[in-house]
Amino acid sequence: MPMRKSVLALVALTSLAFSVRAETQGHYGIGRPATDKEIAGWNIDIGRDGSNLPAGSGTVAHGREVFEQQCSACHGEKGEGGVGDRLVGGQGTIATPKPIKTVGSYWPYAPTLFDYIRRAMPQNAPQSLSNEDVYAVSAYILNMNGLLPADATLDARTLSAIEMPNRSMFTGDPRPDVKNPACEKGC
Amino acid sequence: MASKTTAASADKARRSLSRRRLLGEGGALLGSAVMGSIGGQALAEQPAPGSENLPPNIPDWMKAPGADMGSQPYGTPSPFEKNVVKNIQANLPQYISASGRTPIGDLDGIITPNGLFYERHHGGVPAIDPEQHRLMLHGLVERPTIFTMEDIRRFPSQSRIHFLECSGNPVYTKPYGKTASDLVGLLSCAEWTGVSLKLVLEEAGLRPEAKWLVAEGADAAALTRSIPIEKCLDDAMLVYSQNGERLRPQQGYPLRLLLPGFEGNMNVKWLRRLKAVTEPAYSREETSKYTDLMPDGTAREFTFYMEAKSIITRPSGGQQLRQKGFHEITGIAWTGHGKIKRVDISVDDGKSWQEAELQEPVLTRALTRFRLPWHWDGEPAVIQSRAIDETGYVQPTFAELTSVRGVNSYYHNNAIQPWRIDAQGQVTNANA
Repeated sequence: MPMRKSVLALVALTSLAFSVRAETQGHYGIGRPATDKEIAGWNIDIGRDGSNLPAGSGTVAHGREVFEQQCSACHGEKGEGGVGDRLVGGQGTIATPKPIKTVGSYWPYAPTLFDYIRRAMPQNAPQSLSNEDVYAVSAYILNMNGLLPADATLDARTLSAIEMPNRSMFTGDPRPDVKNPACEKGC
Repeated sequence: MASKTTAASADKARRSLSRRRLLGEGGALLGSAVMGSIGGQALAEQPAPGSENLPPNIPDWMKAPGADMGSQPYGTPSPFEKNVVKNIQANLPQYISASGRTPIGDLDGIITPNGLFYERHHGGVPAIDPEQHRLMLHGLVERPTIFTMEDIRRFPSQSRIHFLECSGNPVYTKPYGKTASDLVGLLSCAEWTGVSLKLVLEEAGLRPEAKWLVAEGADAAALTRSIPIEKCLDDAMLVYSQNGERLRPQQGYPLRLLLPGFEGNMNVKWLRRLKAVTEPAYSREETSKYTDLMPDGTAREFTFYMEAKSIITRPSGGQQLRQKGFHEITGIAWTGHGKIKRVDISVDDGKSWQEAELQEPVLTRALTRFRLPWHWDGEPAVIQSRAIDETGYVQPTFAELTSVRGVNSYYHNNAIQPWRIDAQGQVTNANA
């Protein structure tokens, strides 16, 4: 019957359409493609190896100016801390009873500094600094921690090359690490 | 206009009624707020002011109609419960990156009311228009995709009850908290509704080389955490509702990542982006923060799971037993590793332990309520609870915990919490 044939043809066509659609869309067909431009605008993660660091550079000297304008009110004139975290010093204290965790004493990866400052600092206006200013202020914080010379310029390559002193001190999660024998009587 | 006037006068009447009750019955009300109310016998012997509402008299609130239906379009607790609020520390240096605690000592059951759910923010609470919120899923997927909130809600949904706990709940160092809330109030539990993350990842065509998912919030901290792909493909959810209503702004409105059993901060709020990658982001929050420092100077990273823990919430610090005799000991237990199998209670400073009754249903990665009937003889006592989960793991004492981890580890303190009860029935932190 022609009628039946056309129904079969329709079914075949429909399933073909579905299989083609399955390659360009997921099972539910929910959502729309993200464009490269949209992704580039939001994809701000910097890898620990410095991957995805943007072009640009900044000097320690300019970083000092940025720090005084944008950071010192919370982090102190010399990064000694205040309302915000202490950023400087503490090297050699991490294994003592009074550890002082700072960028210099604790942070394992230097590019994380760029990532965090750009995404979250200054606290009252995050994502407002130019990439150049973020490089510069990162350079100044590293300089105050003795990890970069005063005349240095920081860019994607030089920031990625910095070895943080505490880098080798991070381990995985060994838990469960504590045992309680669950005594019931006469404990 | 007319109905407005009626509502206003009813409101006025209610306020004056409330004032009278508060003035007249102050003592008794305070008594009922803590464990053990003043016995009827005591009241009969010394008629208190306000006794005109007690038997055999007819209470005031039966002599006139109450408030109009609809006088509260969104209901709030009785004014007599006005002290049951989040435990928010005064005089913090700042409140943008800070936390507020659930008053666990004042709550029953296992579900935390949305208004009392604990808060921890790293860049304040954003006000997000859901129409303008987007979730971007990119990286190692066949089809980088952008979802609207309407898109997310089109997916098949699921509802599950899970706890959330901040990893710094509490820290290891002094000053120790006074109340259950001070100590363990960065803990709440809710029924969450959303879509399985696995389903959304499959929709975008997750590639096999993806080992981690980097999740990012749309807050001023753009908070970033890396989640192992095994968890993402197991019980992780993208949630938009909590206890039946849309998420509160403090809990990530309009969209939150939920990772049952994982430390609170990884359950990224205001979720705007998921990136499938081969290695973690090593973000600030997973290197310089939320790593557990050991006495030898090493630091554990990616310490995701919240281990088994329990606390007696009644009687607990700040409460008082007002009389000898029967008291129920009750509290909550939970574990990131599945179900609570058993809770033991000691009422003799840890010398002996007995098994508590668990309230059914005992759910995976949810709070479990436990209870033990107890006769207090009026002598000083130290009471405490110890949770055991389905893996056989036993909640440790503080001494056992710190003998391994020291006191600078900051996160994941799941130690047994003892309460001291003195001869007057006052309950205080036995560690303090």
